[in-house]
Amino acid sequence: MDDTRSSNNVISLQDVSKTYSKETVLHNINLNIQPGECIVLVGHNGAGKTSLLKLMLGLTKPSSGVVEVLGKNPAFSAAVAQRLALGYLPESVAFYEAMTGREVLSFYAQLKGSKPKECEKLLDLVGLGDAARRRVGTYSKGMRQRLGLAQAMLGNPQLLFLDEPTTGLDPILRQHFYELIDGLQMQGATSIISSHALSEVEARASRFVILKAGYVVACGTLDELYQKATLPIRMKVSVSPGEASSVAQRFSSDVNISEINNQSFNLSCLSHEKMPLIRHISSLGDVVHDMQIMPPKLDELYSHFMNESPS
Amino acid sequence: MNMLWTLALKEVKDGLRNRWIAAAIILLGTLAVALSLLGSAPTGSVRVSELDITVISLSSLSVYLIPLIALMLSFDALVGEFERGTMMLLLTYPVERWQVIMGKFLGHLIILFIAIFTGYGGAILLMTVLTGGGTEGWQAYVAMMASSLLLGSVFIALGYLVSILVRERATAAGSAIGLWLAFVVLYDLILFGALLIDEGQIIGQKLFTILMLISPTDSYRILNLSMFEGVSQAAGIAGIASEAGMNSSIMLSVMMLWVVVPLMMTLYVFQKREI
Repeated sequence: MDDTRSSNNVISLQDVSKTYSKETVLHNINLNIQPGECIVLVGHNGAGKTSLLKLMLGLTKPSSGVVEVLGKNPAFSAAVAQRLALGYLPESVAFYEAMTGREVLSFYAQLKGSKPKECEKLLDLVGLGDAARRRVGTYSKGMRQRLGLAQAMLGNPQLLFLDEPTTGLDPILRQHFYELIDGLQMQGATSIISSHALSEVEARASRFVILKAGYVVACGTLDELYQKATLPIRMKVSVSPGEASSVAQRFSSDVNISEINNQSFNLSCLSHEKMPLIRHISSLGDVVHDMQIMPPKLDELYSHFMNESPS
Repeated sequence: MNMLWTLALKEVKDGLRNRWIAAAIILLGTLAVALSLLGSAPTGSVRVSELDITVISLSSLSVYLIPLIALMLSFDALVGEFERGTMMLLLTYPVERWQVIMGKFLGHLIILFIAIFTGYGGAILLMTVLTGGGTEGWQAYVAMMASSLLLGSVFIALGYLVSILVRERATAAGSAIGLWLAFVVLYDLILFGALLIDEGQIIGQKLFTILMLISPTDSYRILNLSMFEGVSQAAGIAGIASEAGMNSSIMLSVMMLWVVVPLMMTLYVFQKREI
């Protein structure tokens, strides 16, 4: 975890705890977010993802510790003006049902001081151009979510908070959704996305923050998390027919070998043992036909941290 | 100021869209027409303007109706947005919390203004044109409309207070009805009941005057009956109010306080609230 307090952090949380009437939902959170990062908050329901987002949005105040967003305490009225630079898509977003999609968006646009032209552009961008004259009450879950993204994108925000943005979207919409977010990211926006599906956000995350029962159990890039988790790397070695067991015997006894059959066997090792093992395999000569290296899957990584008890 | 207008206009549009304003105009307009028809009957030999009679009957009905309309507008204003989840998103916009309250208040005030001035005002204009009746005493009628708006804003403010204090819309609706009963019906009943039992022992004229004045509905009633000579003579209370030390500015201030204090309390609770 990055504890250095550098002045160019867009968001910084110092030792932040949050307690709701005796129940502590966040414990001593330290987190610094740099401009342009894409932070993914991962955790089960009730792990504290939404509570953390609400603190950063200034909707709630920390019970202890300091929250700073763009250099200011987001819960103070001095920070109201800088909400212009902020976009938020709540989990299961709710709108004024009686208004049409266009009316909803232009209401929010007025609050943000955006031009009406921008609304039309955004409605087309999220694919609601044709449905803009319909009442929001008649919208499907996917359409609401897209309208939600459109309002979050008003005024080209520097900071984007997306709370489980793709729940209830079909895979194609989901893809389209992330393309839109990528677009903002390209313009240099910082985004904080909460999610319980790791694999979906893997490619665009610069760092993961894994939350469990209000504690940060891990924080870092994907590589750092793999290193920290020390999950075994699996290899599948294919050899000439009938040679599998004899080749397997040529490994030292502390190498974990399994599933020996006629032409192949599996090895597992920790990441620092990987290269020596590969060198050994390549020294075995022509009898080895092929080998596959299978790094630990994301789901394994996730369940590793979920099973770890909070420190 | 822009923020306030954006928020206020949204409320007005909502009111137009759900036919709320239309319903209120029809209700108030029909009442005004009916009462002015009744009012023209007993003017006979005593020289009393028809409008003065209408002011008396209409203001005694408004005292029940306007608070009800105002509470129906306001009880849902905050708790409804909390319950649906729209408040959370709204507060992540560059809007201050006092602007949310004042924007809604401004919007609801405009709705009430449209309803009262088109309903009451339109009806009486129509009647005057149709029956060729006199316009004498129009000032009292306009003052009645304006004070109705003030009475309405008292109950909008009280409705907000209910709306911020409770957690569910159903509770807010129930509390609003309770508030209406307490202010419009029970307070007077209890006051007069106490007066009867007491027989002038403890409740002297002074205390009675104060007890009348602190009620916004009684203030509204007395205000309309005593402010204009013609009306107070027709109502048969000429001189009584001023003798008792009730002058218009005191009554207006009392009603203003009933607007400001609940609004401030609402704001205070809202500022403290964690979403």
